[in-house]
Amino acid sequence: MKSSLLWIKDYVPDLDVTAREYADAMTLSGTKVEEYQELDEGLDKVVVGRVLSVDRHPDADKLVVCQVDVGEDHPIQIVTGAPNVQADTLVPVVLDGGSVAGGHDGKGRVPGGIMIKAGKLRGVESNGMICSIEELGSSRDVFPDAPEYGIYIFDKDTDAKPGDDAIEVLGLHDTVVEYEITSNRVDCYSILGIAREAAATFDKQFSLPAVTPTGNDENASDYIAVEVEDEKLCRRFVARVVKDVKVGPSPEWMKERLRAMGIRPINNLVDITNFVMLEYGQPMHAYDLDHIADHKIVVKTAHDGDVFVTLDGQERELFDDSLMICDGQKPVGLAGIMGGENSMITDDVKDMLLEAACFDGTNVRLTSHKVGLRTDASTMFEKGLDPQNAKAAMERACSLIEEFGAGTVVGGEVDIYPEPVESRTIVFEPDAINTLLGLDLAEDDMLAIFTKLDLLYNPATKEVIVPSFRQDLKETADLAEEVARFYGYDKIPTTLPSGQSMMGGLPFESLVSETLMDAAVSCGYSQGYMYSFESPKAYDLLGIPENDSLRDAVVISNPLGEDYSIMRTQTVNGMLSSLSTNYNRRIPKAKLFELGNVYLPHQVPITELPDEKMTLTIGSYNAGDFYHLKGDVECILSQIGMNDEFEYKAISSVPYMHPGKCAKVFYHKQEIAMIGEVHPTVLDRYGIGKRAYLAVIDLSVVTGMAKFEPKFKPLAKFPATLRDLSLVVPDEVTAGEIAFIIKKAAGRTLETCELFDLYQGDQIEAGFKSMAYTLSFRAPDRTLQDEEVSRCIDKILKKLGDKGITLREA
Amino acid sequence: MQNRIQEIKEKAMALIDQAQSPEKIQEARVRFLGKKGELTALLKGMKDVDPEMRPKVGAWVNEARAEIEKRMEQAGEQMKAELLKKRLEAEKIDVTLPAKRPEHGHLHPNEIALREVERIFTGLGYEVVSGPEVEYDEYNFEKLNIPKGHPARDEQDTFYINSNIVLRTQTSSVQARIMEQGKLPIRIISPGRVFRSDAVDATHSPSFHQIEGLLIDKKSSFADLKGTLEIFAKELFGEDTKTKFRPHHFPFTEPSAEMDVSCFKCGGKGCRFCKGEGWIEILGCGMVHPHVLEMCGLDPKQYTGFAFGVGLERIALLKYEIDDMRLLYENDLRFLEQF
Repeated sequence: MKSSLLWIKDYVPDLDVTAREYADAMTLSGTKVEEYQELDEGLDKVVVGRVLSVDRHPDADKLVVCQVDVGEDHPIQIVTGAPNVQADTLVPVVLDGGSVAGGHDGKGRVPGGIMIKAGKLRGVESNGMICSIEELGSSRDVFPDAPEYGIYIFDKDTDAKPGDDAIEVLGLHDTVVEYEITSNRVDCYSILGIAREAAATFDKQFSLPAVTPTGNDENASDYIAVEVEDEKLCRRFVARVVKDVKVGPSPEWMKERLRAMGIRPINNLVDITNFVMLEYGQPMHAYDLDHIADHKIVVKTAHDGDVFVTLDGQERELFDDSLMICDGQKPVGLAGIMGGENSMITDDVKDMLLEAACFDGTNVRLTSHKVGLRTDASTMFEKGLDPQNAKAAMERACSLIEEFGAGTVVGGEVDIYPEPVESRTIVFEPDAINTLLGLDLAEDDMLAIFTKLDLLYNPATKEVIVPSFRQDLKETADLAEEVARFYGYDKIPTTLPSGQSMMGGLPFESLVSETLMDAAVSCGYSQGYMYSFESPKAYDLLGIPENDSLRDAVVISNPLGEDYSIMRTQTVNGMLSSLSTNYNRRIPKAKLFELGNVYLPHQVPITELPDEKMTLTIGSYNAGDFYHLKGDVECILSQIGMNDEFEYKAISSVPYMHPGKCAKVFYHKQEIAMIGEVHPTVLDRYGIGKRAYLAVIDLSVVTGMAKFEPKFKPLAKFPATLRDLSLVVPDEVTAGEIAFIIKKAAGRTLETCELFDLYQGDQIEAGFKSMAYTLSFRAPDRTLQDEEVSRCIDKILKKLGDKGITLREA
Repeated sequence: MQNRIQEIKEKAMALIDQAQSPEKIQEARVRFLGKKGELTALLKGMKDVDPEMRPKVGAWVNEARAEIEKRMEQAGEQMKAELLKKRLEAEKIDVTLPAKRPEHGHLHPNEIALREVERIFTGLGYEVVSGPEVEYDEYNFEKLNIPKGHPARDEQDTFYINSNIVLRTQTSSVQARIMEQGKLPIRIISPGRVFRSDAVDATHSPSFHQIEGLLIDKKSSFADLKGTLEIFAKELFGEDTKTKFRPHHFPFTEPSAEMDVSCFKCGGKGCRFCKGEGWIEILGCGMVHPHVLEMCGLDPKQYTGFAFGVGLERIALLKYEIDDMRLLYENDLRFLEQF
C-alpha cells in the first residue's frame, strides 16, 4: 500500500511533520512504513521558464541557443540539445547552482541529485538547463504528455508563469510512502484509513472528504433493476446511473494525486473510479448502460466451462463458483475482478451504470487464482471489504462526477443489501487490559485512545462500539492492542515472568543427537543440511526397484516442481548429492554428516501423519576405506555409551551399495545401521569420481540404546597373560566368525582378542589366508597359571579346527 | 705402600681426565676398580701386609677408591651433559613448518546458532520440545486462529499433501499440541524445520527453520514478553543490543509485535548491513490470542501467555555475516569449514 503524504494531509490538515518523522511514528503505531520517496529529492532551483527564442548554435548542428524568461529582469541564455524545444512555450528550467534528480536517460534517481552549473557548451555560454520529466525524477508513465525524447513542456492552459516553482506546478513537492499493511487492517488499504491512523498517531484532527448530496429528480430504479442471486458471495450491490456523460480530462489536483501514486491520469471517469478506489479502498466499475440488456443486472455464479471475454480482450474460462455480473441476457463482468469487453466504457458512451459492491473476499481470491487474472480490484476485494463502505464510496464518486461536470447523476440508487452489518460492541474491561499489557493506565486514558480511533463508548453499558470499518476488533485483547499501540509499545515496561520457576532443558533425544553430532565432528565429519523433499527420480538414480516400498513417499500436491515433489524416504540421495557438489567443485576429500528426518507413510496416499524417523547419515570420499568408516561409526556411537560389541552382517542386496562391501550393523541383536561402499554405477550417476562410503544410522532405535552413566569397573590388580596365535584360515571363514569362536571357547578369562596381521598371498596355500591374533587372558582375583591359559588355547584351537583352521607352521 | 696407592690414584685420575667417552671411563673403572683392577689387587694383597698396618692401608685404598669414583662420576656427568647438549643441538627444527592438525569436522552454522538459542532459553527455564514436520491442517492453521479461507493461508504459500495435511509453515503448530496436553504452566521452545512455497534465492528457501517460544501462566503480560525477549537479544547479540517492538499482526497473537534489534555491526548508527536503518528485524511475537487458548482447552480468563517465533537461518545469516542463504544448503566444505 502506498500513499501520497499530501493526500494524507488533505484529511489531516494540521499534520506538520517531516517525511522521516512521519515514517518513524507511523511504524511505531503499527502502520509500518517500508520506505518513502520524497518526489522533490535532489531537485533545487527548478523554475518555470518561457522560451523566448530558439537560435542555431554557431558551431554545433544538434544544439540550439535559447533565451529563456525565468521571471527575472533579464532572460537567461541556455544551450540545449532537446529536439522539441520551441519558442513561446513554458518549460521547467534548473538555474545555475541548482540540481536535478536524475539523468535524461530515464535510469532513475542519482543519490543527492546532479548539480547544474553555468558554463560554455561548444563555446556558447549556457546558464541553466531545460529539463526532461526524467530529470525531474518522474516518468512518462504518470506524465503521459511528456515526450519520449526531449524536454517537458507545460500544458498551454497552465496558470503558471515564468519564475514560479516548477516542482510546485508539477505537484512534486510530495512524498510517496510505502506501507506494509497487515491482513487484519483492511481499512488501511485506503488513503482514508491511513489518514485516520496518522491523525491518531500525531494526535491531530481527522476529517472525511466533503461529499455533497447528488442526483437529479429522476430515480435510478427507473433505469436499472438489480437482482442478487447469491447473497453470500455478494453482500451488497449499490448501483447508480449517470446520464449524458462527458468524457474529458480531470482537474490538475486529481491528476497530481494519481501521479504521486504512480497511476497515469486518463480521463475524468477513469480517474474518478481510480481515485475513489484509492481513497476509500472500494473498487468501482462503470458499464455502458446502453449495452446492459433489459437494463437489468443479475449477480449469479457461472457454469464450469463458460467462456467470458474480459475488457482486456482475453477469453477467460469460468467455473461453477465464478461469480458473474450479468445483464438480462449475458454476463457483463467477472465480479470484483474485471468488467467485460461487451459493456466497457468507450469514448462515445452516453449513459453509464456505476457499481460499488461488496463481494466475498475468499471467492474473489479463488476465482482470480483459477481464472488466472489478478487486478487492483481483485487484490482489494480479496481482503474482505466493509459493505458499509460501498455506499460511501459511491456517494463520493457521484459527488466528484457532478463537481467535474462529467455527467448528470440520476437521483437515488439501487442498493441491494439484504443483511446489513450489525454494529459490534465490546465490554470495556480496563483491568484486564492493564493486566494483559503489564500496565497501570487510567480508564480515561484508554477511552481517549478509543476516541481518536473513532470508537464510541457507551458509559451506561460500559461498552465500546466498534465502527464497521474496524472488523478486526472483536474482544478485549484487540482493545488492548489499540491501547498499546497509541500508549506506545516502547513505553510498556520490561519485566520477567513472575510465575513459578521451572526446570528447563533439553529432551533426551536432543542430548543424544547433540552428542552424536559432536562425536562426528571430532571424527572429522562436517555437518550438512539437506532438503526434506526431493525428486522421485532420486529412486532411479539409486537404482531402487519400481515396486520397492521405499518409493511409497508422501507426495506434495502443489510442489515447487518435480525436483521438490516428494518427502524423502531415504537420506542417501541428499548425501550423495552433497558429496557430488563437493567433488565437482574439485574439493579433494569430503567427510559429511547429516541429521534429518525421513518420512515414512503408513499407507499411500496418506490419511494420517507419516512416521518421521530421525536419521544420522555419514558420507565420505577419498577419506579412507570401509574399515575406516566402520571405525568412525563405532567411535561415534561409543560416545553415547554404546560400548558393547557391534555385529556386522554382510548384505549384497542394497541396490545403491557395492554388493561385496556393505553390511547391516547390529547392536544387542537389534539392527541399527547400514554401512558400506557406494555402488560404482550409482557413483557414476551422481558424478562422483572417487570411491564413496556411506553409513545410515537409525536414531529412532539408537536413541533408546544411549546411556550417559558409565559404571566403574575396578582396575586390574593381577597381570595379564598374552598369547599370540598365528592361524591358517580357509578364505570363506570371516574374522567375525573366528572372533565369535575364540570368545566362546576361551571363556571368561579371555580379556581381549585382537587381530594384528592378515596375509593372503604366495606364502600361503591358495584358498587360505593367514590371520594372527593376540589374546590377552586375565583373572580379576589371581595371577593366571600358564597351564590354565594353555588349556584355554587348546580349547580354542579345537573349535577353530572344526572350521578347518589350523595353527600356522613356524 | 702409600706411594704405590698414590701412584695408582694419579694414573687413574690422568686416564679419567683424558677420557673422551663413557666407554673410556668404563675401561678405567675396570682397570683400577674392577675385580681384577689394580686398586682391588692391593686389597687382595693385604694378606702380605703387616697386620698392624692393615687397617691403615685399607683406609688409604678406600680413600683413593672414593676419590677415583668421584672423579669418574663427575667426568661422566659432564660427558653426558655434553652429549645431551650435542644431541639437542642436532635436533633443532624449523618451528615454522606446517602444523599437523588432528582431523576435525565442523558443525553447521544453523546448529551453532540453534545451540546458542537453546542455551539462552533453557537457562530461563524453557524446555525444548519438538513436533511433526508433516502436520495436520488443524494444528498448523485451524487451532492458530487461521480458519479455511483466511488470507494468511495464501500469504504463507503452504505446501499441501491433501486437504487435511500440510508441510508445516511455522513451528507455531507445536503451540496447540503442547497446550492441549494441559500441563501448566508452560515454558517451551520448539525448534524445527518449516516449509513455504518460496523459490530458492539469496534470501528465500522452500525449507528453513524456526524456533517457536511459548509461555503460558497466570498473569503473564506483554511487559514479560518484552523483558524476556530483551534478555534473549542481549545474550544473542551482545550486552549493548537495544530492542524495538513494533505493532504487527499475527492471527494467533493479540496484541502482536515484531521485534527489531539495534544493528550489532554499526550499533544503530546505520550502515550497509542494516540498510541504513540502524535496526534489524529479528522476530515476531505477541500475547497468545484468547481464541487460541480456548481452542486448546485453556480458560483465557485464568491463563494468558506469550509466544514468539524466530527464524534460525535469519540468526545464522546475521550473526555469521553470511550473505546468501543458498550456501546453507549446498554443503560446500569450503563454507562449512569456516564455522
